[in-house]
Amino acid sequence: MSTTTEPHASTGPDAALDIRGLRLNLPGTARPVLDGVDLTVAPRETVALVGESGSGKSLTSRSVLRLLPPGAVAEGRVLVEGRDVLAMNPGELRRLRTHTAAMIFQDPRAATNPLRRIGDFLTESLRLNAQVPAEEATERAVRMLDAVGLGDHVLRRYPGQLSGGMLQRVMIAAALMGDPTLILADEPTTALDVTTQAEVVGLLDDLRGQFGTGLLFVTHDLGLAAAISDRVYVMYAGRIAETGPAEELFQRPRHPYTRALLDSTPRLTAPRGRLAAIGGQPPSLRQELTGCPFAPRCRLATDVCTERAPALIPVADGNPQPHLAACHHSDQLTEVTADA
Amino acid sequence: MRFARFAARRLAEMAATLLAASFVIFGAMYLAPGDPASFLLSGRSATPDAIKAINEQYHLNDPFAVQYLRWLGQVLQGDFGRSIEYRTSVSNLLAARLPTTLLLVAMALVLVMAAGLALGWIGAVRGGATDSTILVTTTVAVGTPSFVAAVLLQGLFAVKLHWFPSGGTGTGLLDTLWHLTLPAVALALYLIGMLARVTRSAMLEALGHEHVTVARSRGVPERSVILRHVFRNSLGTVLTMGGLIVSTLLICTVLVESAFSVDGIGQLLDLSTTTKDFPVVQAVSLIIVGLFMTVNLAVDLLHPLVDPRVTLGERRSAA
Repeated sequence: MSTTTEPHASTGPDAALDIRGLRLNLPGTARPVLDGVDLTVAPRETVALVGESGSGKSLTSRSVLRLLPPGAVAEGRVLVEGRDVLAMNPGELRRLRTHTAAMIFQDPRAATNPLRRIGDFLTESLRLNAQVPAEEATERAVRMLDAVGLGDHVLRRYPGQLSGGMLQRVMIAAALMGDPTLILADEPTTALDVTTQAEVVGLLDDLRGQFGTGLLFVTHDLGLAAAISDRVYVMYAGRIAETGPAEELFQRPRHPYTRALLDSTPRLTAPRGRLAAIGGQPPSLRQELTGCPFAPRCRLATDVCTERAPALIPVADGNPQPHLAACHHSDQLTEVTADA
Repeated sequence: MRFARFAARRLAEMAATLLAASFVIFGAMYLAPGDPASFLLSGRSATPDAIKAINEQYHLNDPFAVQYLRWLGQVLQGDFGRSIEYRTSVSNLLAARLPTTLLLVAMALVLVMAAGLALGWIGAVRGGATDSTILVTTTVAVGTPSFVAAVLLQGLFAVKLHWFPSGGTGTGLLDTLWHLTLPAVALALYLIGMLARVTRSAMLEALGHEHVTVARSRGVPERSVILRHVFRNSLGTVLTMGGLIVSTLLICTVLVESAFSVDGIGQLLDLSTTTKDFPVVQAVSLIIVGLFMTVNLAVDLLHPLVDPRVTLGERRSAA
């Protein structure tokens, strides 16, 4: 919360999602898995949350629906449409989950009950929680299936009778059932093959515009993040390492971790040869962190990096949306060129 | 079409199994020590003429194959022969006693399903001390054979407390139900423990699936999540277990009916075995085998209803 210089409209009670100083402690760990995460999604905005496995990106998105692991202790605030999810009673939480925010999961096969029909899956939340009559719920399900390009014959099918791509479309339709203001997509394309990935991403983008929802897109795929999002957050070891407008962040990364991620992404235009992998491992949860969590793997690291954790501070001016990075040496990074 | 083929195949299988069972049952009586004639005369030294008359009446002097085929032919026409002990047709004996056994087994089955499922559900969902208590109790139940349970229940509820009769079958429906309560509990106890444990572990397994989290994430109320996504997904296991439960009940009813002097076919089997009343033993054994197979067929037919991934005639592994 050191950054008070956010002129963007996504702050305040208007934001679809406003996470402030979210800290999450799990039993048996030496450091918080999420350590002071600030993140906003404006209405109708697409925000990508990027990071490698274990960086806390999925936990961040899950905390928006308060889907926390057993024994987790959360501090800070997670405001959805101005109301704090962490302070909700069970009834309010169910309303939030049914009508305000919906999640699309990584593996649609695992996310659907193989013993229940698609129609039941689509309508159960409305029927059981919001007491919407079955016919009305089914009507909406047919419209949502149509929006994702599926016919109403799918209603009678079981998940096992649909392909992965079709099922993920069903998941998207399911997320839209309650007319949410925010959709959380937790690596929604990772379990799909490449052509289906593109379809699903295109569809999500379309529907976001059509239904006016904010979208938090969690991914480890930088190319995908750049293609779909307005703004990007890069996470490392439970902290936001860098955030800014997508184009600028990928053109002029101001955090060595973002830079290293970009360098390790395969490109068609890059010269052949070995990809630049990031040496070392992300810090273990069993170890306390002092200083910058990325310091042990960073080629720019100096003494100050291991002594003092860098604050997330503005690194560029003249933007309607702030570009922030948490690095003591962010001014030493140069622009990424096409053949870098 | 697929159903017709499935049904035809299963019926042929059942017929073949029954035929094999009939051969084993008949052969076992033939091989068992002692012969009916000497038992009928109950130790008295009989005149050779008397023994000869009995052997002729029951065709005991014919070769084994001839005896078997004659018996099989009669059974196929619905004639199980005459009881040596009761001097009446076996069919009459069965008609009088089968309903009692079926009622007893049905009562026990209801008890097992109600208590077993409830305990398994509560253990899986509540966890903690409740779960531990249920685990310990069901472990004791599983370790108690039905004949031991019978003696204990008789001692406590019939002899000490006089809440229930210590034996007999009673007359009229209500009286019969009252008489059959203790036997049914004795039959059910072990299986309640069994089913509770199986249900508990199946539900715990189902609880770990991601679609359960997804249902919660969509605002489905917790009780509905458990019913529709956890319990529902355990039903396949429960159904398979159900077949085993009915089979076990059919076996254990022999011991329990004897312990409580309930005049069902279980007690009849027990008595007839000691008196070498072989037409009765053969008939009851065949009926129990037949009931076994009917139950298995029912389980197989119900499986596709419980799990849409299972189709008749082929079984895929349930994920």
